[in-house]
Amino acid sequence: MFEDLIYVLGKYHGWLFDGLLLTLQLLVIAVIFGSLLAVPLAIARTSKKLWVQAVPFGFIYLFRGTPLIAQLFMMYYGVGQLIANIDGIQDSWTWEYLRDPYWYCLLTFILNTAAYVAEIMRGGINNVPSGEVEAARACGMTPTTTYRRIIFPRMWQIIWPAYTNDVIFTLKATSLASTVTMMELTGAARKIVARTALPYEAFISAGVIYLIIVYVLTFGFKGVEKYLRRNEFRQADKKPNVETGVQA
Amino acid sequence: MKNWIKAAAVAAVGIAFSASVASAAWEKVVVATEGAYPPFNFVDKDGKLQGFDVDFTKELCKTAGVECEIVAQDWDGIIPGLLAKKYDAIIAQMSITDERKRSIDFSNYYCTTPAVFVGKDGMKIEAYKDGKVVEDALDGMVIGVQRSTTHANFLEDNFPNAEIRMYDTQDNALLDLTAGRIDATLADSGVLLEWVDSDAGKGYSFVSDTFAPVEWFGEGAGIGLRKEDQDLKELFNKALAEMLANGSYEKLNKKYFETINLHPR
Repeated sequence: MFEDLIYVLGKYHGWLFDGLLLTLQLLVIAVIFGSLLAVPLAIARTSKKLWVQAVPFGFIYLFRGTPLIAQLFMMYYGVGQLIANIDGIQDSWTWEYLRDPYWYCLLTFILNTAAYVAEIMRGGINNVPSGEVEAARACGMTPTTTYRRIIFPRMWQIIWPAYTNDVIFTLKATSLASTVTMMELTGAARKIVARTALPYEAFISAGVIYLIIVYVLTFGFKGVEKYLRRNEFRQADKKPNVETGVQA
Repeated sequence: MKNWIKAAAVAAVGIAFSASVASAAWEKVVVATEGAYPPFNFVDKDGKLQGFDVDFTKELCKTAGVECEIVAQDWDGIIPGLLAKKYDAIIAQMSITDERKRSIDFSNYYCTTPAVFVGKDGMKIEAYKDGKVVEDALDGMVIGVQRSTTHANFLEDNFPNAEIRMYDTQDNALLDLTAGRIDATLADSGVLLEWVDSDAGKGYSFVSDTFAPVEWFGEGAGIGLRKEDQDLKELFNKALAEMLANGSYEKLNKKYFETINLHPR
C-alpha cells in the first residue's frame, strides 16, 4: 500500500501538479466571472417587476435544475458541434480556440456558478435590514449609491458563509472537466489509474490534494469574513453567529 | 485427517495421470466459443454458430486432421469449463495475458486486430513504420483516444509533441473527430472499420497502415488450452503454421476483413 503510494507520487507527481494548476485555474476564473455575472442577475431577481424577474429566474432555474455533467455535455458536444458545422469556421483563426475544450468547460462552470451565486445574493439582498435601506434613502442617496454603500457591503456579510460553501462546491465540480478530456486533478488521477492499475493510491493522492485546497480556502475565507464583519467586532462584546450569518 | 489428505493427493495425481494418458492421441476435439462477439463469433438467425472464429476452427481442425465439435459457452464460465473438461479448447478471441496464463495455456497467437489511425479522407499518418515508432509523425496534431487503453499508452509514451486527448468512450472521440476538434483518432481497427463504413463516418477513412507491436498491444488472441494438453497445443500450433503458409488463413482473413491483416507478425 505505502510502497505503491510512494511509487505513484514519485513517478507521477508531475501529472498531479499539472492537474492541480488546471483545477485551480478553472476554479478561480469560474468563481470570479461567475460572481461578477451573478450581481446583475441577483439585482434583476429582486426587482418587483415581473418581466425583469423572469429572465434571471429562467436562467437560474435552468442551471440549478439540471445536472452539471449534462450542461457540460450540452455545451461541449452540443454547442461545440453546432459551432463546428458553421461554414468556413474551421479555416478561420478563431477555430484554434473554438476547438479547445478549455473554453467550453470554463463557460459552463462560469454560468453554473453564476446561477448558484445569484440565488445566494438574492437571499442576501432581501435580508439587508429594511431600516438601513430606508435610512440611506432618507440621507438622500441615489439607488446606485445605496447599492454601493449599503446594500452590497451588508449583502456580502450575510452571504459569506454560503458563498464559501459554493466556492468549495465549484472546486469539486471542476473534476467533471475530465469527462471532456481536460487533464485537471481528477483527470490526472484517472490517467495514473489507467497506467498503473493502482486506483486507491491515485485517487487518495488526488483526494488529499483536494482536502488541502479546501483547507486553505476555508482558512482564507474565514479571514475575509472577519474583515467583512469588522464593524461588528468593534462593538464591544456582541459577537455575530458565524455559522448562520445571523446576527446576535 | 492426515490420511485423508494423503488419499486425496494420491487420487488427484492418479486423475491427472490418467487424463494425460487418455489425451495422448487426439481424434475428436471439443472447441468452445462465445457466440456473442460479431463478426468473430456469433449466433445467426437460424441459431447456428458463425463468424471468423468458427470458420477458423473448422479449417484448423481439417488441417490438423482431427474431428471438431464447436459449442457455445458464456464468457464468464469459459475458462472454468475448460478446466472442468467440458471441452478441450477455447477459440473465442481470448487475448493472451499473464493473468490467464496462470490457470491455462495458450497456443501461438492466431489473430489480432491491429491499431489504426482514422482521419479525414486524403490524410496520411506514418507513426509506425518498419517495426519502429516515428516519433515526430504526430507533431502539432491533436489526437483523440479512449482512456485506459493500450492505444492511449502507446500515444502518450511515444509522441511527446502531439496533443493527446483522452475520452471516456471511443464514440465521444469519434464525435469530436467529425466536429473537427481532433485531427485523428487511434483505436482498434475492427471497431473503427465499422464506423468508417457507416453513414456517420462518411468522409473519414483509415489514414495509416495497421500495426500491432507486441510491446504495446500484447500478443493477440490465442487458442486457450489446458496446461497438461501440451500435445494438443503442438498439434494446433503446427496446423496454424501450415494454414499461414498455404494461404488458407489469408483466404479466411479476406472473407471477413478485406483491409485488415489479422496476423501481421
